[in-house]
Amino acid sequence: MANTQAMCTSFKGQLLTATHNFGTAPIRAATTADTFKAALFLASATLNASTTAYSATGEVSGTGYTAGGITVTNGTAPTTSGTTAYWTPSASLVYTSVTLTTAFDTVLIYNSTQSNAAVGVFTFGSQTVTAGTFTLTMPSNAAGTALLNLA
Amino acid sequence: MQITTTKGLMDESLLEKKSGSLDNENEFTTWVEYWLDGELVHRSVHVHLKQNVVAEGIQAMLA
Repeated sequence: MANTQAMCTSFKGQLLTATHNFGTAPIRAATTADTFKAALFLASATLNASTTAYSATGEVSGTGYTAGGITVTNGTAPTTSGTTAYWTPSASLVYTSVTLTTAFDTVLIYNSTQSNAAVGVFTFGSQTVTAGTFTLTMPSNAAGTALLNLA
Repeated sequence: MQITTTKGLMDESLLEKKSGSLDNENEFTTWVEYWLDGELVHRSVHVHLKQNVVAEGIQAMLA
């Protein structure tokens, strides 16, 4: 037998459920899942890996759209497979009856429970919506394809 | 069928319908538009993300 250097898969999964805290904040008294939201951003915005929190700067605006976006359906807890921990919203993101005439191409997933901390920036082909519905269907919730993967 | 438009609900038969799609490694997207006398009065879009586009970044961050 030999030892093998690795980041433990269980740890990766626990990162997604805030079991570990190497720092000093936040203090997590709640035992329920946080609330995550999804906000749309203009193609001219500059969100990227350096984005730390939701801000209305560069966010879409228009009839039927509320600043801050919509709540993400979180019905499936994070899990692991192989050496990957992953999580995906359990329903599509649906913005109904909106008019967004300035081109947008990004959705920011952020944690509205934890000071709007950013989770991920996801881009797609530039779009507009007129008196219609914008639906963003999630990828398959599996290792390698889930919206969030810790591989 | 009634369509929600910038001018209220309108019967689909009164409108010109256009649709399209985009398929690449990141997404499969479809859209439908309705036009009235050259004016766009409805556009809906459905984007289906195919894959996680930030996995490599997260992996690198944790490595």
